[in-house]
Amino acid sequence: MIRLTNVSKTYGSGSGAVNALKNIDLHVPQGSIHGVIGLSGAGKSTLIRCVNLLERPTTGSVVVDGQELTALSAAQLNQARHQIGMIFQHFNLLSSRTVFANIALPLELMGMDKSEIRHRVIPLLELTGLEDKADKYPAELSGGQKQRVAIARALASRPKVLLCDEATSALDPQTTGSILELLQDINRKLGLTILLITHEMEVVKTICHRVGLISAGELVEEADVGDFFTAPRTRLGREFLNDFLELEPPKALVERLEEMPGEHTHPVVRLAFTGDAVSTPLVSRLARECGVDVSILQAKVESIQDRTLGLMIAELIGASDKTREALSYLENHDLHVEVLGHVQRDA
Amino acid sequence: MSSAMLNLVLKATLDTLYMVGVSGLIAALLGVPLGVMLFVTRPRQILAQPLTNQVLGVITNVGRSVPFIILMVAIIPFTRLVAGSSIGTNAAIVPLTIAAIPFVARLVEGALNEIPPGLIEAAQSMGATPYQIITKVLLPEAKGGIITGLTITVVTLISYSAMAGAVGGGGLGDLGIRYGYNRFDPMVMLITVAILVVMVQGFQSLGDHLVRKADHK
Repeated sequence: MIRLTNVSKTYGSGSGAVNALKNIDLHVPQGSIHGVIGLSGAGKSTLIRCVNLLERPTTGSVVVDGQELTALSAAQLNQARHQIGMIFQHFNLLSSRTVFANIALPLELMGMDKSEIRHRVIPLLELTGLEDKADKYPAELSGGQKQRVAIARALASRPKVLLCDEATSALDPQTTGSILELLQDINRKLGLTILLITHEMEVVKTICHRVGLISAGELVEEADVGDFFTAPRTRLGREFLNDFLELEPPKALVERLEEMPGEHTHPVVRLAFTGDAVSTPLVSRLARECGVDVSILQAKVESIQDRTLGLMIAELIGASDKTREALSYLENHDLHVEVLGHVQRDA
Repeated sequence: MSSAMLNLVLKATLDTLYMVGVSGLIAALLGVPLGVMLFVTRPRQILAQPLTNQVLGVITNVGRSVPFIILMVAIIPFTRLVAGSSIGTNAAIVPLTIAAIPFVARLVEGALNEIPPGLIEAAQSMGATPYQIITKVLLPEAKGGIITGLTITVVTLISYSAMAGAVGGGGLGDLGIRYGYNRFDPMVMLITVAILVVMVQGFQSLGDHLVRKADHK
């Protein structure tokens, strides 16, 4: 539904040029919710603005619903934009218009007549739970309600794609939850394809099907959300995940970690397990079958949409051949194992 | 005070209202579009035209930098061309209008500049044309600011119109100078000033009221 091919965006020229996006390839299939996560300044905003050409890519092509936007004239582009809804971090509602009139705006722009507009707007008020707010002005609404108006407005032209630019970043956690629920609901009910950018893992975890990680203008990693939360492939991905899960080895231990195993060291591992492995009595099996003691430093279980994810940081205590055996035992049981380092035995 | 004097005061008040009303109206009709042009042709704006923007900016600044009393005299040939005469109330309207247009334009530009850029971006994302952005987003969103600007303009025009006496324009300022100052009639001076104060106060209150009605921020 959305396909970005080799999209780059450069601001300025010569030595002062800034490459905001570098060779981005992105494909979002019809009906899916795709998240792009990154730190501020990584290029997320530029990326999402390139999809509806609020920012025109310096090179590359943008195709939405089979139409190459980068090849359209200004008038054709305005037509194509009716197929692409967008919501923003700061809602961007017109303060001079009531809730009803805000939602009606895109329809007025399309030249729709009044009665038809009423027909479109009323179901949207219902969908977003704003029936009693139709005649209020944005200044009278809470942040969450404003974003609901913005969502209704973005849906008014019956777009095929919804772009969400940090849509929940200005909202408190509870309101964020209800807005995400609404987006998920829309995705399911209307089959709307959603591309969202965010810096919050919570958002990705809650509603995204796939996620891309952007850093310094490059998409460095892309994965299904379940895989990303189990085993991110990049360092940045792991940092995001660890920050989110608050799963870091204790500081005192980190200081003692050595990169290479020595004569008298134990491996410290980070284990991630999903599905059946979650319910396996892992620790006792390692002890019984490999003769290795497991000292759990940290552990937690997370629900990632319909999957359960167990995470553990543990020290494997035993003779080095035994611990090696334990590691391969773990790997053979569908666990994702990452050796964080080695610590001296009873240093 | 004699009834003749009262008549003079009444006539002067009406003259002032007439000059301010007509020049204010024309200045609004021309100044608002000029202000919109100044804004939308800015670099990175919806109709970015850096050259046009600079030319308009220079013209506007020239208009604003000439002191009114000099402007009035300097454009006498033009005034004669438009009003048919260079003396009288109608003649005074020409320089008043010319002075007010760039004034309105800059105030409108400033009001438009207060609109969060995200609103324009949102309208663009909906496929709005530049014309639609101006009529559906910029002007309605800046309505309060524009009314504030027009109120300031009217008040300024009341003060400028006092100088219209220099071209025989009549009005309260003229009356005040001729009877109050030259003939040293403190009563006339007092009445003139009182009427001007009430007039300014009235327009300001009206403006404030309209702004409150227009603003939903």
